[in-house]
Amino acid sequence: MSEPRTLTADSRPVVAAKARLRWDARSSRHLLLYPERGLILNPTAADVIQLCTGAHTVADIVDRLAAKYAPQPRETVEREVLTFLVNMADRGLIREHDD
Amino acid sequence: MTEEPRPYTLVAELTYRCPLRCVYCSNPRDFARHGDALGTDDWLRVFREAEALGVVQLNLTGGEPLLRDDLEPLVEGARTLDLYTNLITSGVPLTRERLARLKAAGLDNVQVSIQDVTAAGSERIAGHRSFERKLEVARWVKALGLPLTVNVVLHRENLDHVAEVIALAESLAADRLELANTQYLGWALANRRMLLPTREQLDAARDVAREARRRLRGRMEVLFVTPDYYTDLPKACMDGWGRRFLVVTPDGLVLPCHAAHTLPGLSFDNARERPLAEIWQHSAGFQAFRGEAWMPEPCRSCERRTLDFGGCRCQAYHLTGDATATDPACSLAPAHALIEAARAQAQAPSTEVIYRTARAADGV
Ligand code: SF4
Ligand code: SF4
Repeated sequence: MSEPRTLTADSRPVVAAKARLRWDARSSRHLLLYPERGLILNPTAADVIQLCTGAHTVADIVDRLAAKYAPQPRETVEREVLTFLVNMADRGLIREHDD
Repeated sequence: MTEEPRPYTLVAELTYRCPLRCVYCSNPRDFARHGDALGTDDWLRVFREAEALGVVQLNLTGGEPLLRDDLEPLVEGARTLDLYTNLITSGVPLTRERLARLKAAGLDNVQVSIQDVTAAGSERIAGHRSFERKLEVARWVKALGLPLTVNVVLHRENLDHVAEVIALAESLAADRLELANTQYLGWALANRRMLLPTREQLDAARDVAREARRRLRGRMEVLFVTPDYYTDLPKACMDGWGRRFLVVTPDGLVLPCHAAHTLPGLSFDNARERPLAEIWQHSAGFQAFRGEAWMPEPCRSCERRTLDFGGCRCQAYHLTGDATATDPACSLAPAHALIEAARAQAQAPSTEVIYRTARAADGV
């Protein structure tokens, strides 16, 4: 298994097998569900998770979010995305896609 | 606390039947009196009604849920509702083919219980030869690409093996390891003199678990649930009565916690007779300990009441005879001496074992 805490701009994160995203009509938020727990995601976090398919690099994800949330500076978006992804990786909810 | 109660998790106790006889089984002592009255359609309706109320997590448990031959359609129905479905099993009655069918039906996670790190240690606790079988089942789970939780209930006879337990879970490539200290209710309370560890054992095991959690971060989640007998603080039992959890028993009773029907004087409704939403909102049993109005002193004026909700009602009743008492686990509780006495007894343990049996319907 790849070491998850070494995310770089070229990493291609993928949602872990144990986690599943679902829409929650009551809170109008996405939930990331995993054994015995769940996280309520804000819209930005949900955007990031939906791009964690193994097809996109971290840099791609940052680009897409920066475009969507313009005029926010790319650096701000990058910092937020990375912090979130590292946190998710520490919880074992995303891992690096291994080819 | 003004937040609307919303059930997030449905604990579906599909049957109390089980081939094992664990000394700490959390099923009620009189489990044999409760048959599997809910059929497939009843359960599917319960799932639908629960999802409509806000439930997103479904625990299929028991007893041994694999003893129901309609598990496949139940998992399929749950998946159609987009529930995160966790099968909580001893593993014993499983075949690889059936596991593959359950996966195809949409199962999300499998939790296998393991009693100890040796066959002899496991058999002593479960009253059943099942250790090798459990390891085999855990390997099938991973081989089929399903996430694996390994659950180990901790007590004085296996707490010193926590390092080996962690190594075993790693060798099985578990995604999550639950090291859950025994909760002393039901069968476990009857066996407390055999199960309650010393503080030294507990501290050492907790250190081992903490180190493993750091080392395995991102690979295997390591959870260590401390026993409230040694914390001097009660746990926030079920995240508060009737706040987040719905439990449905094999005979259809809808409860805020799996032991709530052992409390006298509370009335609970049956899912076959009343819609779940009505039960959640209005059932007398659910209302009994919601909020703070029921609380005695010292809870009523204590700052921690919004954190621990006054502790465990079942523990309060089974230790003091009064379900509204402050949980004796709390050092401020008038009955805390009961916990201190039990700790003192841990210095002179018993090795006598009372296995779960259908006959002993006496006592708690
Ligand atoms: S604790 Fe043991 S006896 Fe009780 S249901 Fe679980 S496996 Fe069966
Ligand atoms: S007094 Fe009551 S609310 Fe305060 S810590 Fe003890 S159990 Fe919790």
